[in-house]
Amino acid sequence: MKIMKQNFEILINGKHHQVDVDPDMPLLWVVRDIIGLKGTKYGCGKAACGACTLHIDGDAVRSCSYPVKLVKDKEVTTIEGLSTGDSLHPVQEAWIDLVVPQCGYCQPGFMMTAAALLAKNNAPTDEDIDNSISNICRCGTHFRIRKAIHKASSILNSKSVTNDS
Amino acid sequence: MKSKYIILFIVLMCFCTISFTYTDSSSGDEAYEKVMSVITHKRCMNCHPQGDHPFQGEDSHKHYFGVQRGPENHGVAGLKCSTCHSHENNLTSGVPGAPHWDLAPKSMGWVGLEKHEIASKILNRETNGGKSLDEIVHHLTQDSLVLWAWNPGININGKEREKPPLSLEEFRKAVHDWADAGAPIPKK
Repeated sequence: MKIMKQNFEILINGKHHQVDVDPDMPLLWVVRDIIGLKGTKYGCGKAACGACTLHIDGDAVRSCSYPVKLVKDKEVTTIEGLSTGDSLHPVQEAWIDLVVPQCGYCQPGFMMTAAALLAKNNAPTDEDIDNSISNICRCGTHFRIRKAIHKASSILNSKSVTNDS
Repeated sequence: MKSKYIILFIVLMCFCTISFTYTDSSSGDEAYEKVMSVITHKRCMNCHPQGDHPFQGEDSHKHYFGVQRGPENHGVAGLKCSTCHSHENNLTSGVPGAPHWDLAPKSMGWVGLEKHEIASKILNRETNGGKSLDEIVHHLTQDSLVLWAWNPGININGKEREKPPLSLEEFRKAVHDWADAGAPIPKK
């Protein structure tokens, strides 16, 4: 079967990229293999494990099941674009402080999901976290992840107070 | 002689009226049964729960990953419906999709109800989001998420999902017939 490629302009981490690909190519492969941003990981390919999570217009999306043709006029953020300038995102700070990762493979997906959660709920309860974070970690880091999200929430809110004062 | 014709005419008119009324009611009931055969199918019911979790699959199991209804019926902050479901079916991963993929509002929860209870909810403006009968007909026959039921794609194992028991054309006709008959809800 001949694949009909199309040209797409996609906005990733604030930069525009032109890609010439099969419209049904998962966004994950465009991000990793065409653009070369390797932070977003392939896990299951079924939108089940969350390793491939990135943001589209601020919402967490599993990029292994998201065709590139749907990303037109949308803003994509990967783990590489989570921090701004020299400042780490509160989620990154918390992850480092609490040494959350073990093998680390799934962690970008967790961090992107956590950041999407905190963007809409800056003080999540344990229940909020459990409901939002359905990613899978074979190392079993979920307890540290929950602590780290609470810590990221504290960092986020303290920065918010500092900025307000 | 003339009075005989008048009486015959009146008798014939009565017969026609009774016959028409009977046929109309009967066809309305028949259309209702057809409409409900689709509405109670898993492709519709899985996303019309009365609780806070959607269902999925041919066996209507509780949606994996602890998926929640959320405050606006499309999931919670870090896990919205759109985290996994896009505007169309994904034939590679088997994740289904359609425009505005979300849960029906809680007031339109149908799982566990009898057919006549579901139909009552559909017709009741207090539960159906204030829709008139015309708007209900439009929703049932034109809404892109409703129409997904006839293009449900494949599951993660590559197997085609089951479609409702009527074709889309048959369903649309049944909805119009039901509405034209006054949307009767037969007792059980």
